[in-house]
Amino acid sequence: MKENEFEADKGEEKVRLIVDGRRLDGRGFEELRPMRIEAGILKRADGSCYLEMGRNKVVAAVYGPREVHPRHLQEPSKAVIRYRYNMAPFSVEERKRPGPDRRSVEISKVSREAYESVIMKELFPRSGIDIFVEVLQADAGTRTACLNAATVALVDAGIPMRGLITSVAVAKVDGVLVLDPMKEEDNFGEADVPFAFVIRNGRIESIALVQMDGKMTVEEMKRALEIAKKGAMQIYKLQREAIVKKYEAIEIEEE
Amino acid sequence: MGEEILMDIKKDYVLSRLRDGERIDGRRLDEIRPIEIETNIISKAEGSALVKLGDTQVMVGIKMQPGEPFPDVPDRGVIITNAELVPLASPTFEAGPPDEISIELARVVDRGIRESEAVDLMKLCIEEGEKVWMIFIDIHALDDDGNLIDASALAAIAALLNTTVPAERFGLGDDFPLPVRNLPVAITSLIVGERYLIDPTRDEMSVGHKLITITSDKNDNIVAMQKSGSYLLSEQKFYELIDVSVEKAKEVRELLKEI
Repeated sequence: MKENEFEADKGEEKVRLIVDGRRLDGRGFEELRPMRIEAGILKRADGSCYLEMGRNKVVAAVYGPREVHPRHLQEPSKAVIRYRYNMAPFSVEERKRPGPDRRSVEISKVSREAYESVIMKELFPRSGIDIFVEVLQADAGTRTACLNAATVALVDAGIPMRGLITSVAVAKVDGVLVLDPMKEEDNFGEADVPFAFVIRNGRIESIALVQMDGKMTVEEMKRALEIAKKGAMQIYKLQREAIVKKYEAIEIEEE
Repeated sequence: MGEEILMDIKKDYVLSRLRDGERIDGRRLDEIRPIEIETNIISKAEGSALVKLGDTQVMVGIKMQPGEPFPDVPDRGVIITNAELVPLASPTFEAGPPDEISIELARVVDRGIRESEAVDLMKLCIEEGEKVWMIFIDIHALDDDGNLIDASALAAIAALLNTTVPAERFGLGDDFPLPVRNLPVAITSLIVGERYLIDPTRDEMSVGHKLITITSDKNDNIVAMQKSGSYLLSEQKFYELIDVSVEKAKEVRELLKEI
């Protein structure tokens, strides 16, 4: 008897995420949310970036290369990269308890690993490069928004990199693959695959981060990568624009 | 310092053998080490399993108790997965609060079980919104000879398969077997240049921590994925890895069907 009850509940709970071939926010399947990127918005940091990806609002700051504390963490032949992903308590519906939780530790780890493979850390032995990202408002895809912001902040800080990291997720909702899922699609979707790519000379070179949860066939997974790549190229253009804009604003003083 | 030199020597050895297309233990590149699964070994636990994956050993114990459901799913049981990399399992593990490696391990295992809907959580509701069964999956590494993730994932699902819900102990009716309906299997590969080694050993890991774990379910759906380590993965290899991992998972799943 109980089982039937649950089945009925399940039917009512089902939220339709695709209506008349459109997503709830009116986007097409392979359309990004509106983005806004601004470089160099913090005075004290060596590099910084404010980024909006739909309703996500994140700030990234880069400090370094600088001395590493505690000193035993120093590496004699390369810089130590640290990445801290943190959510503000007010960034989500129900207040998030401040400080790192298991989810943010994992996100910080995989994000750091993505940058470790592009930052030219061998140029800065015994020093540290710290990347701090704060989620001020969360609406699904915060790790991708933070990665996109961190890239701009790193360039703003003048950290040499082999390529730029650009990140976007693909989700499966109502059986359809969609680019850059927002909160409703993330909550009620069937799968979520965040990717980060290394873009070099205007071309996607490799995958720096991939995670996945949910359910997808092998074929869908392969298509998800193709969709993510298209989205990433658009984000890459916006990242570049933000960087160029920052440098255009700098007045060169004539001697 | 001595440890580092040893790692360099191992690394050279692994790489030189690999140039001839061989692995240091003689396995094929896509060959998984022999697997032994023993279940029901801890009578105090509601379910348990010891998995040996070559020389890697992991024990998983399942404890259950009634507790409060999450407000957004008031009619479903709760799964909590935790991993402890105790110092007994490796000279490099240290006692203390969970570090990012053990957190990642627990979360990757958890995702496979959760996303494949391996446990029918709807059947673990005692009183909607008030009381549901909570499943604690505790991963206890005993010997880390590489690829703790796959061994842990396997031990977790094996333990769940022989878990009995202790209803009697809590005055909630008769005990019943935990409803398990899917068999997620994690397959981890080590990326070495243009090649990849499935189910890497500790010695093989000396070439660098460049891993990807792909978990698939009994219908060959991918249910979880995690790239771990600082390295870049080509699209081509990504495609190959998902195909191979799903195929390999089928082999391992056969072992689960026997228990």
